[in-house]
Amino acid sequence: MPEALLNKDAVFEGLAQNVAIQALRAERPEAVTNAKYDRGELTLVIAADQVRAACRTLRQAGYNFLEDVTCVDWFPVEPRFQVTYHILSHKLKERVRLHVMVESIDPSVDSITSVWPSANYYEREVWDLFGVRFHGHPGLRRIMLPEEWEGHPLRKDYPVEGYR
Amino acid sequence: MPDTPDNPHMPEIPGFVETATLVVPRPEEGAKDRTMVLNMGPQHPSTHGVLRVVLEIDGETVVRVVPDIGYLHTGIEKTCEAKFWQQVVPLTDRIDYLCPMTNNLCYCLAVEKLLQIEIPERAQWMRVLLNELTRLNSHLVWLGTHAMDIGALTVFLYTFREREEILRIFEHVSGQRMMTSYFRIGGLALEPPLDFFDRVQALIRVLPERIDEYENLLTGNPIFINRLKGVGYLSADDAIALGVTGPPLRASGVDWDLRRDMPYSSYDKFQFQVPVSNRGDVWARYVLRLQEMRESVKICQQALDGMPAGPIKADAPKVVLPDREKMKTQMEALIYHFKIVTEGFQVPAGEVYQAVESPRGEMGYYAVSDGTAKPYRVHMRNPSFATLQALETMCVGRLIADVVAVIGSIDIVLGEIDR
Repeated sequence: MPEALLNKDAVFEGLAQNVAIQALRAERPEAVTNAKYDRGELTLVIAADQVRAACRTLRQAGYNFLEDVTCVDWFPVEPRFQVTYHILSHKLKERVRLHVMVESIDPSVDSITSVWPSANYYEREVWDLFGVRFHGHPGLRRIMLPEEWEGHPLRKDYPVEGYR
Repeated sequence: MPDTPDNPHMPEIPGFVETATLVVPRPEEGAKDRTMVLNMGPQHPSTHGVLRVVLEIDGETVVRVVPDIGYLHTGIEKTCEAKFWQQVVPLTDRIDYLCPMTNNLCYCLAVEKLLQIEIPERAQWMRVLLNELTRLNSHLVWLGTHAMDIGALTVFLYTFREREEILRIFEHVSGQRMMTSYFRIGGLALEPPLDFFDRVQALIRVLPERIDEYENLLTGNPIFINRLKGVGYLSADDAIALGVTGPPLRASGVDWDLRRDMPYSSYDKFQFQVPVSNRGDVWARYVLRLQEMRESVKICQQALDGMPAGPIKADAPKVVLPDREKMKTQMEALIYHFKIVTEGFQVPAGEVYQAVESPRGEMGYYAVSDGTAKPYRVHMRNPSFATLQALETMCVGRLIADVVAVIGSIDIVLGEIDR
């Protein structure tokens, strides 16, 4: 296994046998905009409008289990939100991480609940705590906080001592 | 996948017939007044904390289930961002009061992966031993409360007897019964006390027969069987689609255990079976967890027999606090101690996702570092949170009383769901 591969070309060359990379290169060559292999973990950056198609491709390639959807706020860098998906393959015993970068103005990305119904709660959590919307989600409501809560607390610019 | 037979010691019960699955017609369009909405929880004894379930019922039959969570949300993920990396360890205990060690382990493994440090074998084996004791602890509480939900009050007293001994062992080794915080980034907090291994040995010597005792109380009990068999069915495809992990996933016939399939903390050096069942109902989850307890006892025994000697902390002076004696006699150790406590240590930028098999399923920590002494983001993927999504699939078309059995069988901890 290579030590660390930090850009798309290096990853595509070094991990050419990886099932996820093979599937995405064959079926969705335009979906992967960048890639990284670090500390034994593969990360693929997916174009924001391709995430649902990419997930469907991965699922057909054997990555059958969605473990987690979460988000990282890189305020004040643009694009600000990094929606992160962890997808596991029971058969290959491998995990792949997807990043989708989202701009700070009206942050939104396609929901993947039609691919994995389990994304329902995870995406509601991301909406609740980061304020990233998911198009096509069956019921995008707050999940942790009360309905009337203002703001999204895990954003880096959220005032931790409350609004003054 | 192999079907594990139900308990072979189970006696034949005369007159016992497996209840057929209830098929209930949904109310027609415009017939909305046939159903009523019932609020179960948040203060309901069978919801294991503060879970609120909104049930739409038609007579006694459940038509829709909407879990409402967030009553225990304390913003732990946000708090982590204000702490040093090592200060997060005690926070991870508070997520789940039944498996603090598993949370500690998962967080420590994630940060150790970010730092790329090697953990000495003795520390890894101690972690395995304590994690299996945690699994036993968690399953014992689950068994007692699950049986209590069904109406078998006695079992609770029996399981808490053994659980008390496990908590005493935890107190002995870490100084705390529940919020242990015994694992540190880079190893363990302390060398285990001298008679620690003897106490664990004394406990796991009696445990197999104690598990027989619980089985004697429950497995042949016709009321218990009637309440559990055929209830809360979840197919393998549904379980995977809904993000279910751990014992409910294996009870639905998916042969997947992170300890065996993606080993961490030298679990690959242990021999154990992963019980799997194809039944997919509450009964299968009950049988499977009891088998898991027996396997945990075996892992504990292997850990005791083969416990390697050596250091319990990694050789990384910038990350691991020095021993007290060294700190008092060596200048460098004192400086490192001072710097770690006051400034923390810097973790190279990057991101990792570390998953471990907790008693409830796949627990994952996603840690992002920006190169400073504080985590940029820590996210916990908790098994109960995902498993709760499958509640509706398991309950619809069944009776209200079955909802109680199903909630008990997926073994949720609300602190973990709400974080």
